[in-house]
Amino acid sequence: MARCASFVIILLTLLPCGLHAQNPVTFDRLTNAQKEPRNWLTYGGDYFSSHYSPLTQITPASVKNLNLAWVYQSAVAGSWESTPLVVDGMMYVTQRPNDVVALDAATGRVFWIYRYTNDPNVTVCCGANNRGLAILGDTLYMGTLDAHLVAIDTKSGHPLWKTDVADSKAGYSITVAPLAVKDEVIVGVGGGEYGIRGFIAAFDAHTGKQRWKFYTIPAPGEPGSETWGNCQAATAYCDPEAWKHGAGSAWVTGSFDPSLNLIYWGIGNVGPDYNGAQRPGDNLYTCSVIAIDADTGKLKWHYQFTPHDEYDYDSVQVPVLADITWKGAPLKAMLWANRNGNFYVLDRATGKFLLGKPFVKVNWMSGFDDNGKPIQTRQPPGMPTYPAVQGGTNWYSPSYSPRTRLMYVSAWEDEGEFFAGIPVEYKEGLNFGGGNLELFVPRSDAPTKPIPNAPTIPNLRRGPINNWTDAGGHGAVLAIDPITGTVKWRFRMTDVTDTGIVTTASDMLFTGGREGYLQALDARTGTLLWKATLGAQMINNPITYSVNGKQYVAAMAGLSLFVFGLPN
Amino acid sequence: MTSRFSPVSAAAVFLLSAGFLAAQNSILQDHPQDYSRADIEYGARLYSEQCDRCHGPNGTGVSGVDFKSGKFRHAATDRQLSEVITTGFPEAGMPAFKLDAADIAGLIAFLRNMNTLDRGSLKPGDAARGQLVLEGKGACLSCHRVNGKGSRKAPDLSDIGAVRSAGTIERSLLEPDIQMMPINRPVHIVTRAGKVIDGRRLNEDTYSVQIADEEGRLLSLQKSDLREFNVSTKSNMPSYKGELTPAELSDVVAYLLSLKGQ
Repeated sequence: MARCASFVIILLTLLPCGLHAQNPVTFDRLTNAQKEPRNWLTYGGDYFSSHYSPLTQITPASVKNLNLAWVYQSAVAGSWESTPLVVDGMMYVTQRPNDVVALDAATGRVFWIYRYTNDPNVTVCCGANNRGLAILGDTLYMGTLDAHLVAIDTKSGHPLWKTDVADSKAGYSITVAPLAVKDEVIVGVGGGEYGIRGFIAAFDAHTGKQRWKFYTIPAPGEPGSETWGNCQAATAYCDPEAWKHGAGSAWVTGSFDPSLNLIYWGIGNVGPDYNGAQRPGDNLYTCSVIAIDADTGKLKWHYQFTPHDEYDYDSVQVPVLADITWKGAPLKAMLWANRNGNFYVLDRATGKFLLGKPFVKVNWMSGFDDNGKPIQTRQPPGMPTYPAVQGGTNWYSPSYSPRTRLMYVSAWEDEGEFFAGIPVEYKEGLNFGGGNLELFVPRSDAPTKPIPNAPTIPNLRRGPINNWTDAGGHGAVLAIDPITGTVKWRFRMTDVTDTGIVTTASDMLFTGGREGYLQALDARTGTLLWKATLGAQMINNPITYSVNGKQYVAAMAGLSLFVFGLPN
Repeated sequence: MTSRFSPVSAAAVFLLSAGFLAAQNSILQDHPQDYSRADIEYGARLYSEQCDRCHGPNGTGVSGVDFKSGKFRHAATDRQLSEVITTGFPEAGMPAFKLDAADIAGLIAFLRNMNTLDRGSLKPGDAARGQLVLEGKGACLSCHRVNGKGSRKAPDLSDIGAVRSAGTIERSLLEPDIQMMPINRPVHIVTRAGKVIDGRRLNEDTYSVQIADEEGRLLSLQKSDLREFNVSTKSNMPSYKGELTPAELSDVVAYLLSLKGQ
């Protein structure tokens, strides 16, 4: 036995650079992802979705020496929202619409590309987005635009099985990166603008057979159904079964706490988005976080951030789990900077509301009642609502550093919107938004009045002529103290941002924005330490990993994936 | 979800149409009373040119359709009305109209007001006369440029009729401070070396600003190199309220709307 072990050690020392042990990614490895700082094993980096890496090679002192290590050009047009996985020197990343690319994480050289062919008649609101993969064992898992779940062999790129998750003709899609827990793979569905009935479902990782399914809109008689009231008969398009088209999509990946065996998932907007008269009540479980048992899919608790939402305030932010000290006692906390502009602390074992505080300008509500329910203050016609439809933040990942004990959030500040509900009839596969929206760009002489016809913030892509400025809102990185909800520091940007954040154990923070800069900040102070121009906006989450002891930072901008590292 | 604009089926179509809808979005109104007279007048002219042939001068030329009723079966909102105009009803014989954002805004303003409007009261401007005013009495080319003629101090207007509605153009002439787009705001800059630069903002990000200076030179400056960087909310353009007669204003608006670019 001893002789055998020696042989293995000798063999390992003879492995050339770039050849790494590639062991299956077990549930145990996923549970202990923070013990493998070289890797990025889940969408959020670990089950707690901390977007925090224990790596320390790149420091505030050395970051100025970062060099471009390699670039991978996808040659696929459209916003690239994917977050790569990195496993023992291999990188797996999705590109539009549903390609999977396996690369050498140290050089960017491609091993294989798997191309999935979608049904050409898919219906999606916001482009052919895909946000990434899950890995378990030697298998990758990807949701598809036409609402399938596909299992792919990590070594060959060959598909192993494919499962129908939902009917894409009815507006269902999957853009979320799946979450692998134990021996199951969990996905949520998109389609919140198409009157779907949202759900989260778990599938057997080996066979693709469905294990459980949790509908985010309860049927009559089920708990929560009482929050779906009857509309007035005179209401245009009043539908006694509005719940059937109540949306509640789940298009961003959730988190998992192994100690509680609970999966946490953020739920999207209600349908129709803006015309609340068609669906009286709080409309559970839209704009909520749900905690469900990982084995059964049964609801343990929920908290609704925006009852009866009329602003498209999807609560699809990644649930950030952190073990903190709260009022002198240990707390299994959930930290949440919501699209509705409030920062929240919840007890993730019980769902108890502990703190809620605006982190951007908020006027759709004025405070919370004793149960943590927001006191809503609908703005009169002609008055802008804050935050705007894109929210105080959105789907891109925040980060929590256990070193600084700060939550880092990419925020949209000072952006207001005029919302108007419009009656809309449900028709399968057609938009079910029901509203008119206009971004508020204040006049310089009258801050409460808009500049007539001022350009709005473009929907992800710029035209050839820039015509938008920070007069209508701007981006920022906020460092929020979870204990008080106060902003400890703010890094203000001119343009807005759709870029997530990664922090490290050397107190580095990497993020970007629509301006196309990859920026490194000091996580303790918010001081800019380094930046690189990548030439296009970053609509994804940067990550960090290492190969053969060298730390890298990876981020997509435009159609390209850029990877930086320190000189050898 | 994240959608700001109307959805369409299939990702490829989304990409093609998103920009068009974005362009329209900013000049559509939700409240009929908000439509400007300039838009209505421009729309009336377009209606005569494009719609009269089938819908008739009173909007009752197609069976079952009565524009003067003020009700539109398929277009409760301006956005929906825009979609009807630009996609048409091919099965019913109505083609899709390829119109720019200013045209759409004008047509919608007119259609929304047909039920209360006395068309005889409309006095659309004359583009040829407007050009004379713009180049003469208005002295607009001392700052602006049109089709290669004039100064580069202020924005080039060669395609203004494709990107701004009639109402917006009229407001720009009467209330330039209010209507000036934030991107066009004048900047006053002093570099750390003491150099003073005045110009017009073309683009800006967290770290840099791109401007056209008063000589029309394009400058890209790092904010870290600047001692002062002031963006003014006061337009350098004078108001033409009282300077031009209402008829001259209508003529200038008509001329500017005729500038559709290349």
